[in-house]
Amino acid sequence: METRKLFRMSLGRKREIGGYLFVMPFVVGFVLFFLYPCVQSVVFSLSRLELTQTGFSLSFVGVDNYRYAFLRHPTFVRELTATVLQTLKDVPLILVFSFFAAILLNQKFFGRGLARVIFFLPVILGAGVVLRMERSNYIMSMIAIDPAASETGLGGFLVTFLDGLRLPRFLIEYILFAIASVAKVISASGIQVMIFLAGLQSVPSSLYEAANVEGATGWESFCLITFPLMSPLVITNLVYTVVDSFTGESNTLLDLIRKTIFSGAGYGASAAMAWTYFAIVGVVLAITMAVVSKRVFYQK
Amino acid sequence: MRMTSEKHTSPMLFVRRLRVRMLRFVRSFVLVSMVAGISYIILLPLFSKLSASLMVEADLYDAAVKWIPRHLTLDNYVKVWGYMRYPRVFLNSLLLALGASLLQVASCALVGYGLGRFAFRGNGLLFALVMLTLIVPPQVLMTPLYLNFRFFDIFGLLPNPINLINTPYPVLLMSMTGTGLKNGLFIYISRQFFKGMATELEEAAYVDGAGLFMTFYRVMLPCAAPALLVTFLFAFVWQWNDYFYSSLFMSTVELMPNALTAIGSRYVSSLELVRASAGTGIRLEITSQFLSILDSGGMILFVAPLLLMYAFMQRYFMESVERTGLVG
Repeated sequence: METRKLFRMSLGRKREIGGYLFVMPFVVGFVLFFLYPCVQSVVFSLSRLELTQTGFSLSFVGVDNYRYAFLRHPTFVRELTATVLQTLKDVPLILVFSFFAAILLNQKFFGRGLARVIFFLPVILGAGVVLRMERSNYIMSMIAIDPAASETGLGGFLVTFLDGLRLPRFLIEYILFAIASVAKVISASGIQVMIFLAGLQSVPSSLYEAANVEGATGWESFCLITFPLMSPLVITNLVYTVVDSFTGESNTLLDLIRKTIFSGAGYGASAAMAWTYFAIVGVVLAITMAVVSKRVFYQK
Repeated sequence: MRMTSEKHTSPMLFVRRLRVRMLRFVRSFVLVSMVAGISYIILLPLFSKLSASLMVEADLYDAAVKWIPRHLTLDNYVKVWGYMRYPRVFLNSLLLALGASLLQVASCALVGYGLGRFAFRGNGLLFALVMLTLIVPPQVLMTPLYLNFRFFDIFGLLPNPINLINTPYPVLLMSMTGTGLKNGLFIYISRQFFKGMATELEEAAYVDGAGLFMTFYRVMLPCAAPALLVTFLFAFVWQWNDYFYSSLFMSTVELMPNALTAIGSRYVSSLELVRASAGTGIRLEITSQFLSILDSGGMILFVAPLLLMYAFMQRYFMESVERTGLVG
């Protein structure tokens, strides 16, 4: 009769145990394939690792690997700063573009279905190994767009035009950079467009109708309805974009980290580099989140 | 009656209506041209690869040739097909991607359901950990993971460590436990979806005598089909495209990404074979331009199955994206 009693527990208790059962796969995976490797990786970064016949042996060396990465490695520091700066320059472009593209796709126009299919193509094409191959491909380098490279023609005209507006130098450079990286930005924003578009479609149309009745212009209802309601998604996309560009296949620093394993410095130095990198990613993410989340509007 | 006749005759109204129509036309013209421009940039790499892969090398230097090759040839595809060992590689990759993505869909649905519908101690913490797995770059874990799978013994539980490198098991094990490629995102998607569902469905199932798992399997899971479809597509595409785990755990297994990156070296070694058999009399040159042509062909062969799949499923995909509530 004991077992009968066990089965007759309250629904709340049953659901609590059920909940644990449902998340069990992840708990196992997290411990085996995430937490344990994480701890190991920290230990590796503080040790010298040597492969033996039946496994590997560790000898503790303190912060030697970190010292190697920062002081003795020829290119690590330069690559690190370059990668972080590149990300900081790319992320706003990707966010602005994907918001813009989502608004475009949310309008009614001829061929919208086809346009959506094309706009989500980067999700399929712009990931992984293809992106990696394109970096060193002669044909891909031929179709690259670089307005600053051509002094005459449109590029030259653009520079003179922006100069004539008396914009500050760094802003002109950023605009030129933005144009030069149009293809990259577009190929990196498939998912973000999707998230924004799903968000735009979830805005109740009654809000726009009410605003329309009250005599709001299109611009006003965009600023006062669309934008505030989308702002939580800006955070989602911000985090996604930062993580994506820091862990993506087109990231050269990650190649460096991977190559270091097989070079003389070995596993320890590679782990030290990876952790340094992750620490910086974490700091960048925390700062941007803190700045942006203050300006986010939540409906509830 | 008077109203309608006025509508047709008043020149003021006619002008106003014309203006509205003009404005609408200008608006849609601007919209369509912007969309077309962006679409062009998205499709450009695909088209340029397609056209390059149909060229002979001389066409690449020909200033008159931009898109349509002067000497149309399928020779590059024949070569690449051989270098990639396409049929076998295709089958291997298909099986791996299918297996991994189905396991990922299953595990992420389970975990997402657990996180989204059950209040238990540590739910919030666990969700934060899910997000953490998404943020930590896999490169941080690369070495320990490699060693763990090279000498796989689950904390010493197995008497003799097994070597799982160059088998599909590392990827399958990680997919099964929701820690595979970007699985944090999939858990997030399914959690958001289950969270937004009405409780009445579950209660009705309980009243009818279904257990917790039965309720999940027979009632909640069918309702979650759109979220599961999005997850499956993402999982499949990312697994197919993945270079990181493929080269780390399965470098000698014949998989698509490995075959694609090996085209160049296989071409070079096949040339060397020709040179060895023909003696020194034959002159063979390897140019990076020709390698690019071969690579372009390879990339087209690589993405073709994905494009086909996308073409067939895009309708369901768009609907699903709209219904999943990715947004929360």
